[in-house]
Amino acid sequence: MGVAVIGASMTKFGQRDAWIRELLSQAGEECLTDAGVAPDDVEHLYVSNMSSGEFEGQTGIMNLLAHDLGVLPAYSERVDQTSSSGGAGIYEAWQSVASGASEMTLLVGAEKMTHKTTGQATDIIASITHPDEYKHGVTLPSFAGMTARHYLERFDAPRESLARVAVKNHRNGVDNPKAQFQKEITMEKALESPIIADPLRLYDFCPITDGSAALMFTTEERAKEITDEYAVVSGIGGATDTHVVHERDDPTVMGGVVESSEQAYEMAGLGPDDLDVAELHDMFTILEFLQLEGIGVADQGTAWELAMDGATAKDGDLPINTSGGLKSKGHPLGASGVAQGVEIYEQLVGEAGPRQVEADTALACNVGGFGNCVITTIMEAAE
Amino acid sequence: MTLEAGMCSNGHVSYPTHPLCPECGEPQEETFDLSDRTGEVVTWTHSTATPPGVREPNTLAIVEFDITDVDGASDEFVRALGQVTTDEVETGDTVEPVYVEELRDPDAGIKVPESQDWDGYRWDPV
Repeated sequence: MGVAVIGASMTKFGQRDAWIRELLSQAGEECLTDAGVAPDDVEHLYVSNMSSGEFEGQTGIMNLLAHDLGVLPAYSERVDQTSSSGGAGIYEAWQSVASGASEMTLLVGAEKMTHKTTGQATDIIASITHPDEYKHGVTLPSFAGMTARHYLERFDAPRESLARVAVKNHRNGVDNPKAQFQKEITMEKALESPIIADPLRLYDFCPITDGSAALMFTTEERAKEITDEYAVVSGIGGATDTHVVHERDDPTVMGGVVESSEQAYEMAGLGPDDLDVAELHDMFTILEFLQLEGIGVADQGTAWELAMDGATAKDGDLPINTSGGLKSKGHPLGASGVAQGVEIYEQLVGEAGPRQVEADTALACNVGGFGNCVITTIMEAAE
Repeated sequence: MTLEAGMCSNGHVSYPTHPLCPECGEPQEETFDLSDRTGEVVTWTHSTATPPGVREPNTLAIVEFDITDVDGASDEFVRALGQVTTDEVETGDTVEPVYVEELRDPDAGIKVPESQDWDGYRWDPV
């Protein structure tokens, strides 16, 4: 059964006074309005979230939101797949409609993080690592540092190529009023910012963020009755890779990206050449290269060239992270994958405002852990 | 304390060990110790933003151990991650494991201290 997206919303990302309850309900309510769907019509409600218990001491948030939005007695479920919880929520929502279990499914993702210190937040996120990694004080940024060093040394890529990803995504974020940062940065600033995990510096990393995003899913048949402006989920795939990062055969290959994108392409009957725009999980600048290679847009060890020659800029051959990406839009863990879906939906229905590019086919790749789990989604504009 | 790698009946080796081989799904019934070997640094980082209870800065490296001499092993090497004893490290350096009783303060992080071991090995360049 064809699955359509008929509505989307996103709160302002950044440092918010609101707690997760308010963020969720704000995005959820706006999505109901955007889709023109009454709360009573929602049959399934999915809430993507990694760690509301650890961050805020608030659990059971799917029931909290179901009641706050008045969607009772809809089936509700919290989806946790670490940083790819949002993508996993898209997968759940797609399954719920594709299977016939629900005709109207609301997905809301959220995380509230900024009330913790950077050290505390880093520790909550690092707790996803294997105990034998965790005890060494490994963090996700330090995995990124080790991978970036290996990539630069092995493929003879210039350090500047990583900074170009940061500069590009900050540039794109200027046009996104919901982004945490709407500020351009210079190459000099990126290259001279403080070292966080050598060779990566402050501007190679996304910030700690509060925020929420939502999408409304229904059948293609019902979508046609409701609106002319909808997108179709034509391909989706999910996969895991080794939990222990150093056990991968090749440190520069994210197997979950390769596998999940192959599944998505096969379902959609498309390939990398068919993409018009993509949102990639640039939690760290190096990840944009690994995903461009993983989804087949670039050969291994060459994605850095696309950053250097501008091919991934908004006016390039394949615009990447028109939203500003996690890098400037922010990365509220459970909301990020949903927000990627919001961006590609808005691009496909022509609602991206100053960020708009010409796009009929779009891809979103949401990465959990350090590539431990990945969801790739392909959406197409309604014919 | 050992730096214990696991091996299945097909000779696949991993560090750390897993109940079932990540490569083929057979039980990892054999183990052998890496702590008396030297390894080569594959990559490293100098982390300046560390969580509570972790030394700051924290230099970390992924190290590759040659295991071509291990009876029954079909893999040629196995990798392990760990803290480095010094900030002065480069890719390709040879290191030896040195035992440390507490790699980070178990009482400072998010995990229940009793839920895991906190001792282990750091890499010392030779």
